[in-house]
Amino acid sequence: MDGIILQILNGLDKGSAYALIALGLTLIFGTLGVVNFAHGALFMIGAFCAVFVQRLLNLSFETVDPGKTDFLGNPSMVKTPYIESWFGHDIGSAIIDWSVPLAVLFSIPVMILIGFVMERGLIKHFYKREHADQILVTFGLAIVLQEVIKAFYGANPIQTPAPEALSGIATLADGIVYPVWRIVYFCFATVIIGGVFAFLRFTTFGMVVRAGMEDRETVGLLGINIDRRFTIMFGIAAAVAGMAGVMYGPINAPNYHMGMDFLVLSFVVVVVGGMGSLPGAVAAGFLLGILESFASTTWATTTIPGINQIIIYLVAIIILLTRPRGLLGKKGVME
Amino acid sequence: MFGLNKKDSALLLLVAILTMMAPFILNPFPTDSGLAQFNAGYPDLMQRFVIFGIFAIGFNILFGLTGYLSFGHAAFLGVGSYSAVWMFKLLSMNILPAVILSVIIAGLFALVIGYVSLRRSGIYFSILTLAFAQMSFALAYSVLTPITNGETGLQLNLDDARILDPVNDSGSLPVTSLFGLEMRSSFDLAVGPWDFTFSVGYYVCAIFLLLAFYLAIRIFRSPFGMMLRAIKSNQQRLNYTGLNPRPYTLAAFVISGMYAGLAGGLLASMDPLAGAERMQWTASGEVVLMTILGGVGTLIGPVLGAGLIKYFENIFSKINDTVLHGWFSFLPDGIEDFLVTIIHPFVGKGWHLTLGIIFMLVVTFLPGGLVEGGQRIARLFRGKKTKDGADGAKTEPAE
Repeated sequence: MDGIILQILNGLDKGSAYALIALGLTLIFGTLGVVNFAHGALFMIGAFCAVFVQRLLNLSFETVDPGKTDFLGNPSMVKTPYIESWFGHDIGSAIIDWSVPLAVLFSIPVMILIGFVMERGLIKHFYKREHADQILVTFGLAIVLQEVIKAFYGANPIQTPAPEALSGIATLADGIVYPVWRIVYFCFATVIIGGVFAFLRFTTFGMVVRAGMEDRETVGLLGINIDRRFTIMFGIAAAVAGMAGVMYGPINAPNYHMGMDFLVLSFVVVVVGGMGSLPGAVAAGFLLGILESFASTTWATTTIPGINQIIIYLVAIIILLTRPRGLLGKKGVME
Repeated sequence: MFGLNKKDSALLLLVAILTMMAPFILNPFPTDSGLAQFNAGYPDLMQRFVIFGIFAIGFNILFGLTGYLSFGHAAFLGVGSYSAVWMFKLLSMNILPAVILSVIIAGLFALVIGYVSLRRSGIYFSILTLAFAQMSFALAYSVLTPITNGETGLQLNLDDARILDPVNDSGSLPVTSLFGLEMRSSFDLAVGPWDFTFSVGYYVCAIFLLLAFYLAIRIFRSPFGMMLRAIKSNQQRLNYTGLNPRPYTLAAFVISGMYAGLAGGLLASMDPLAGAERMQWTASGEVVLMTILGGVGTLIGPVLGAGLIKYFENIFSKINDTVLHGWFSFLPDGIEDFLVTIIHPFVGKGWHLTLGIIFMLVVTFLPGGLVEGGQRIARLFRGKKTKDGADGAKTEPAE
């Protein structure tokens, strides 16, 4: 029993990442009708926002430590981050410690901006072209973004640790211990997903966007500038991917190709959930995450060797062949 | 010639001359000049040019003609490599049975994967092929280790059976050959400051490329090829006329899988080892890049694209700061440093960045790839007089 709960928990945090990326992909597909292969790169850029904030907060100046010398006899230097000198030692080090949550705040405007630039600068020109062309150009864009990040931050993974208070291990019940940050990640993902859904359901803006997803032309004829709203939705989707990336940093140290690794799986998730269905994307994300974690148990891998490696793809193939629309896909969307 | 019309014969002849003279054409700079590093005429790289050319030609038969975008084609290349290496281990070091087996096995794989994947079209087809390729990759890496030797990759051993070959007691690994003609043997020709290498392996690959290219022309011009184009332009209409497109797409899929298997078998023949990373989806993405860059749906485009990308990968990536400083040394120091700083991210290790940018530009502005670019330039020079004729004769660029 404990084992089962543990596997579900394991699945939930990976599933949250899948769900967040798949949600963004579906938002973009549902509104703009564009298959965005660069979405994984947005996730990766989000993770590097955390790296950037961490480096920024750790900017420091050196002073001579009068009391000590190093082994060569030179006066030894002490590094003091500017933050600590401005706010005092305690507050300063606390801010540095909480750099990842701060990076979430930082990433929102940055990612929205990147989303706007991407949509207005590139993807706008591809609405009228085939899906294959959209896939190809965003695939190219993903390569470019990835290489730009690599040029700045190098090819090695960079650690972005969680705040000390959230980096321990929690005892949930007897015998079930689990890293706190993974629970935080799951809660965070739930809040974001809930927020996006609430935004679409309960605001006028969201209503217009939903109407536009149903019938873009009619909404346009009613005198609503639907393109501008869709651009904003693209920014929001980018921000969702970015935040997912920032928060994923402490679980897996960011490196420049993490986006591609997630993207392939996220596409599978979207297709399983049903192209264009937001609840489907979220449900499939969690479902596949949990399935993957169950397939990695010793029991599963001894019964069917290698099942943990292929379970997601296997499920995708079965679903695509038996339920062409995916789990919750609507009729007539890309069939 | 060989049942081709005049234009296609000319194209085939052009490719034949290019591949046969490649050791000269790709070595334009004297060995002692500063530009010698741009020489691509060494056997290893030339072999890659033609092998990936074959791979891209095969991919183009599927994507260029039917419009089905497969994101898992590298799986067939990997399967081909594995089967070839197994032939070297078990049967003989002769490359012919190895290549034949790799084509057959890849074809069988393509038959199975194609039969399932082709039930869907559009992005679903892409995802299905991607899923199958990733599954093969993951399995080759982990569970199938007895067959694939996992992370290390499949290699030759001294104690392999090789039932057809004489007992090897030399203590060193045998080398691949074609009826005794060793693949890695080569002949050097020094003409003044130039140095040309003619490698047996390269010419074997080149002959395979010519055969593959000829076959591709025949497919493009055949009624079968017309059917494939019809599938691309309007599958629904085809259905309404009472034709079932699936056997045709499946045939195209299998043929292009066999091309990939041939490429994989040749890769293993030139260097007898096979690793799982050849099947990863990035490798599948690479062949997509090659085909698009060169020109989808054209005959010669994929070969050009493959050459361009492999050239970038091997030559462009070697330009480092020292080389750049060498180029701009005639400029004042400040400007020199400035230019080097600007160009630095795009060359050397950053060659992927340049590739990505070029690729995006091509997809956006030149959907027909390099071939369309060439046609546009040619039209510009020829002027308006022959414009109509040029339009009528151009190969259909794929949308």
